[in-house]
Amino acid sequence: MSIPNPAGAASPLIAENLDLAYDQRQIVSDLDVSIPDGKFSIIVGPNACGKSTLLRALARLLPPAKGTVLLDGNNIEKMKTKKIAQRLGLLPQSSIAPDGITVAELVSRGRHPHQSFLRQWTDADEAAVLSALRATNTEELSSRLVDELSGGQRQRVWVAMVLAQETSLLLLDEPTTFLDVAYQIELLDLFSQLNHEYGHTLVAVLHDLNQACRYADEIIAMKNGSIVAQGAPETIITSELVNEVFGIDCTVIDDPVTGAPMIVAGAPKKTFAQR
Amino acid sequence: MKTTNLAVTDRSLTAHPHALPGEKVDFGRPMLRVFGFRIDLRVVITAGIITLIALACGFAGLMLGKFSLTPTEVFQGLFGAAEKRIVNTVVGEWRAPRIIAGIVLGAGLGVSGAVFQSLTRNPLGSPDIIGFSTGAYTGGIVTIIVFGTSFVSTAAGAIIGGLLTAVVVYLLTWKGGVQGFRLIIVGIALTAMLNAFNTWLIMRADLELAMAAATWGAGTLNGMGWSTIAPAAVATIVLGLACGLFSRDLGTLELGDDTAKALGVRNEPIRAVLIVIAVALVAVVTAAAGPIAFVALAAPQIGRRIARAQGTSLLTSAAVGALLLVAADLIAQHAFGDIQLPVGVITVSIGGIYLIWLLIQEARKAS
Repeated sequence: MSIPNPAGAASPLIAENLDLAYDQRQIVSDLDVSIPDGKFSIIVGPNACGKSTLLRALARLLPPAKGTVLLDGNNIEKMKTKKIAQRLGLLPQSSIAPDGITVAELVSRGRHPHQSFLRQWTDADEAAVLSALRATNTEELSSRLVDELSGGQRQRVWVAMVLAQETSLLLLDEPTTFLDVAYQIELLDLFSQLNHEYGHTLVAVLHDLNQACRYADEIIAMKNGSIVAQGAPETIITSELVNEVFGIDCTVIDDPVTGAPMIVAGAPKKTFAQR
Repeated sequence: MKTTNLAVTDRSLTAHPHALPGEKVDFGRPMLRVFGFRIDLRVVITAGIITLIALACGFAGLMLGKFSLTPTEVFQGLFGAAEKRIVNTVVGEWRAPRIIAGIVLGAGLGVSGAVFQSLTRNPLGSPDIIGFSTGAYTGGIVTIIVFGTSFVSTAAGAIIGGLLTAVVVYLLTWKGGVQGFRLIIVGIALTAMLNAFNTWLIMRADLELAMAAATWGAGTLNGMGWSTIAPAAVATIVLGLACGLFSRDLGTLELGDDTAKALGVRNEPIRAVLIVIAVALVAVVTAAAGPIAFVALAAPQIGRRIARAQGTSLLTSAAVGALLLVAADLIAQHAFGDIQLPVGVITVSIGGIYLIWLLIQEARKAS
């Protein structure tokens, strides 16, 4: 069962009246969101606005203080975690590579939700791992130790691990942070391909607003634990919105390459202004 | 309008993402698929060779002693077929239980250490460091003082002591989940307190019971008979296999809590079950042979380095644990002439050196 979202298509992931808190500190209050099916959605917003917290709740890593998250119409808190893992993949902000683990071995761990004690390795596992290595351009690294890789290579390996999970719903928590711009583009292109060629539904938290505008079908702009605007970049990104969300002066122009909105920040301040 | 068709560079991705049937992943090492299992050949062969060396040490242990025997006599004795009845008794009744104890209990310590080091993601997170052996010993002393020295009651006391210690460490560490480093610090603190308590218990007890508790407290296989080792070995093997059932979850938990849960591991229940099994394992060993230090700490690390295993390997940990304990016991029994030392004294001496090396390594990594 799926619940239709405003756009008419079924939404695989919905949050209703969501309150999220760490210990006693409320981060997100009374939030509603539905993730459009088959689209690349990008969550943007200032630091500490609750983007990653929302993503963690959507991935059932953080139980809501109030409200529900629905995965394909089912309350995610009541679903088996293995069933969820077969449907929804997550690239967390930080993961730990065990000492001495090779790329192929790490990517193989992505098969966990498809395995059981007596069925630990099948043709399907072999094919999924190989495809994931190829999709992320890491096949030639497969026998290398993860510890020896550069930051960009390592991030691609983690993405490969999530792809090996073979879920059509992917949540990505700041996947491009700490990468140089070439790797950022490479990864975002990969996500875009997964979205366009396989019809995967993607939700990513990104910091770079212009990259978000280029790649997103849908932008979810957050501030202080609430959603300020949600929609296609062309319709919602205006200088007023950017000012409201990030508190900066800017001009919005058309991206000369893609035609998407492009944010140009106001002139740099070079002197200490008089108060 | 929006297109994502950005300039294609030679760093662009995915020419042929799909794997063809029969293509294999290059793990950089030989992998065998046997039924539904993927087997790292290097790990299996390494564990096999180490086990053979442990068995050879065990065989030497059967030959050596005041009543020294030839290999042929040992073989005959093992099957109760020696011409001289005394040979059958020496091999079958006096020496074999001790060798079995060294191999099986050592393997149990290795597995228990591997589970805890994996759960805490720290080579210092071993049951002899974080207080579970000491707690099991406390439980054992209390039962010895109250009920006397039978293996079953001591074992029950040790298991309860070990589990209670684990619960206390777990609760003191709990902060919306258990974090490895906190667990180690809390465990070390609790070990110190338990050691003080143990000393107090022994000082208060009757001389005879105190001596029994103190001898056992050093960790020894001296005087090990079938009545002790048979139930202990069965329990150790069952618990060790139970850990094996969870080895996949263990490997996934090593990737971090968020990643493991995203991959479908029920983190906290699985962790709790594994802690209970591994504490029971170390408690059974402690009940049979006393709190033997160092084997649980070192075996997983040595095994992993030799086999170049990926993450934690319970198999190599078990093999190295068996070898360490059986070899240490051989030294304890025969290296000092007529004086038989408790095996715990040997493992502590070697272990002290290893621990210093490990602390230096960890400090280097941290800085």
